[in-house]
Amino acid sequence: MSVEVKNGLDIKKTIRELIKQHGTERAELIPIMQKINAAFGYISSEAIEELAILMNLPTNQIFTVATFYRMLSTEPRGKHVIQFCESAPCHVAGGRQVWLALQEALGIKSGQTSQDNKWTLLTTSCLGACGIGPVLVIDQDIYGNVQPQQVKNILSRYE
Amino acid sequence: MKAVRSMVLVSSDAESIALGANEVFSAFQQKIQDYGLSDEISISFISDIGHNSAAPLVIIYPEAVIYGPVKPDDVLDIVEEHLDKGHIVERKLVPAHELSEHLAWLSSRKGTLPAENRIVLKNVGLIDPENIEDYIALDGYQALGTVLGKTPAETIGIIKDSGLRGRGGAGFPTGLKWSFVAKTHIDKKYVVCNADESEPGTFKDRLVLEGDPHAIIEAMAIAAYAVGADEGYVYIRGEYGLAIERMKVAIKQAREYGLLGKNIFSSKFSFDLHVHAGAGAYICGEETALIESIEGKRGEPRSRPPYPTTFGLWGKPTLVNNVETLANIPAIIRNGADWYRSIGTPSSPGTKVYTILGNVNVTGLIEVPMGITLREVITIYAKGMKGGTFKMAQTGGSSGSIIPANLQDTPMDFDSFKTASVSLGSGALLICNQEICVVDLAKVLLNFFRFESCGKCNPCRIGCQKSFEILSNIAEGIGTLQDLEDLQMMADQLYELSNCGLGQTAGSPLKDILTYFHAEVESHIRLKVCPADTCPMSGKTIYQVGQEVKITREQGA
Amino acid sequence: MPTIKSLDDLTRIREEVLKKQELITTSGKTEIIVGMGTVGRATGTQEILTAILSYIEEHNLGNVIVRQTGDMGLDSFEPVIQVILPGKERVTYGKLNPEIVKSILSNHVIGGKIIEEFKVER
Ligand SMILES: Cc1cc2nc3c(=O)[nH]c(=O)nc-3n(C[C@H](O)[C@H](O)[C@H](O)COP(=O)(O)O)c2cc1C
Ligand code: FES
Repeated sequence: MSVEVKNGLDIKKTIRELIKQHGTERAELIPIMQKINAAFGYISSEAIEELAILMNLPTNQIFTVATFYRMLSTEPRGKHVIQFCESAPCHVAGGRQVWLALQEALGIKSGQTSQDNKWTLLTTSCLGACGIGPVLVIDQDIYGNVQPQQVKNILSRYE
Repeated sequence: MKAVRSMVLVSSDAESIALGANEVFSAFQQKIQDYGLSDEISISFISDIGHNSAAPLVIIYPEAVIYGPVKPDDVLDIVEEHLDKGHIVERKLVPAHELSEHLAWLSSRKGTLPAENRIVLKNVGLIDPENIEDYIALDGYQALGTVLGKTPAETIGIIKDSGLRGRGGAGFPTGLKWSFVAKTHIDKKYVVCNADESEPGTFKDRLVLEGDPHAIIEAMAIAAYAVGADEGYVYIRGEYGLAIERMKVAIKQAREYGLLGKNIFSSKFSFDLHVHAGAGAYICGEETALIESIEGKRGEPRSRPPYPTTFGLWGKPTLVNNVETLANIPAIIRNGADWYRSIGTPSSPGTKVYTILGNVNVTGLIEVPMGITLREVITIYAKGMKGGTFKMAQTGGSSGSIIPANLQDTPMDFDSFKTASVSLGSGALLICNQEICVVDLAKVLLNFFRFESCGKCNPCRIGCQKSFEILSNIAEGIGTLQDLEDLQMMADQLYELSNCGLGQTAGSPLKDILTYFHAEVESHIRLKVCPADTCPMSGKTIYQVGQEVKITREQGA
Repeated sequence: MPTIKSLDDLTRIREEVLKKQELITTSGKTEIIVGMGTVGRATGTQEILTAILSYIEEHNLGNVIVRQTGDMGLDSFEPVIQVILPGKERVTYGKLNPEIVKSILSNHVIGGKIIEEFKVER
């Protein structure tokens, strides 16, 4: 059986560590999944099974929670995740043009991951930075007042 | 520091500037300083308020009088007579017949003061949020110390008397809510700070969390003492990484200083706080969904009653308050209920934090007394429209109302807005010019709702999706007149049948565009014209009942 | 670490802090306050902060204190800093870049002359 390893991390070992830190109370499920998501980029079915055993919860319970929240993913994502704010304030500030430029520059559409696994493009709801809209987030970096012609330059900062 | 009692506004359109508005402004600054009035009088430029034969104009609140034309030499008289002694300088008033029509709105604003008055944001942008000493230096934790010398009932009494109403959207009286939780005879109770702030266009809570986290800790401790709780949660949306970090730092510091933990201020009262980071779901701002989410479940709203005040987190009585609501508490305790009531309007005391967004020259955030009008926000703070004239504004975030130009003079307080069937909501003000198409805007809003609907109840899940599809069809140029009726029906049913506030308010932008902008929606359908030239149908070929129709901008015109 | 056990303790600590802060002003120190909220960071206050610190180091300015604060709500003016010369009013500057910041440091912080062009009047 192959064990999932990312950044030198073994998923099962990581989960056991997390359970040791957090305990097995139901309330700890989301905090634990947030950490798994941060470390592995997504929550694999292997991770869900392991969590189910250690937290003594049915897998479907864990799965429904994992799929409910936008910041948790059950699918692998590219090396860099781009989130584009599609809420009204950013839209009114000229978001559509930036969105088109972004899709063109990446050659992918919303929800897709690029062939080389470098980028995943997602839309998101308001990020609370609307005073400087249009806003996009790459990994943890927030970019505000984005103009369509800046998109290529911003992307080029990422390896 | 004294409270601001007057506001001086100097016109700043090109004509006024050419006629010396800058010099007038400096003269006011100088003279106000000379008279030692700097703390009591605020002075700003006002954006272009249209052509006037008496430029530059000077408007003074709360008397709402207009002087003009004002020369630097006149300033001394105005400061001495009007601002210092309180007599209006009749000879400099603009004669009524010269006041152009577009300034008529001002006369209805007598007695109001639209000047910034920071209570909630008092320390934000001034103190170092990661240093508890900065907060203590500005009277921090004094309110908590004082409250612990009173009874819980007395504390609730002060909050009730202040007239504070919840700032999370619904405007529920805060003191009353506290008394519901206090009344329950159960040992374990919780207080929860709702910092999920996901309403598009709203970031006021973020500023408080990032800029003044100790104010929230102090307020939650006061609330906990008043209702009899010993444990609390701050539920911060997961996207607010910096706010989460700063809140954790602040909690750690408060514990070190003994301001959280056992026997606070050597009293019998013990209280501790946890931070819970959200994982990305708008619906978790709804208080029962938020509670489910803390419990480790999907954030689906519960049916009510029972309300959280009796059956909340893990079935225990739970007080849920918004960040902005809580940020008012320490100031009310320190300065008293009467002081609070002296600000704002009688039925909505205090201030409101607004976020100003959209097609305006200056975006950002202001805190002003309840009852300011949209027009005042645009002219005084947003410094006027950008790229076109005012068409509409959306107040209160996505679930708020879309209001047309003729409602821009409605005072923004809970009751006036209710009378006008407008939602004040979260205080987001998205201001749109003529370039913005109502169909396009409604499409973006419904896209948000169909995405964020938790899917638990059918009317909301299906209603949001269906409305979005209809709007898309209209935008594509394949809408029918039946669609208008269907949209209206959707809006009504969303309101009547949905389980929680998300679905109930999702239809309000629909209802508003059909009420105020019916003609514009209809032109998309009948004439295949998007007057703002935004919708995808412009310049496209479509097929309708077997017949090819080329849609151009001029069609039907 | 002082533990606060009574209102008197709180008042004492408050007075100590105020004294400390007053000492800063009376000792002729200039304060520069950098807006480090989410929007501040998104518009580049990190670069601004670096520029300020390296300028201070290059010019050996011993009497300047640099602090951070949250966003002020001046979104369209971000990045924003505030400068307080000893005993003077707080001046807020907006729409900054490292170059402008350098000129604020040399003209205002060292030279005492406010640069009106970048001042934010609210
Ligand atoms: C869909 C939905 C989203 C909401 N989002 C928020 C929110 O982000 N923040 C908030 O404080 N209240 C939100 N509320 C309101 C809360 O349910 C609740 O009324 C509020 O937290 C009570 O606090 P208050 O009495 O201090 O206003 C939301 C309600 C609904 C129906
Ligand atoms: S609308 Fe885009 S960040 Fe708020």
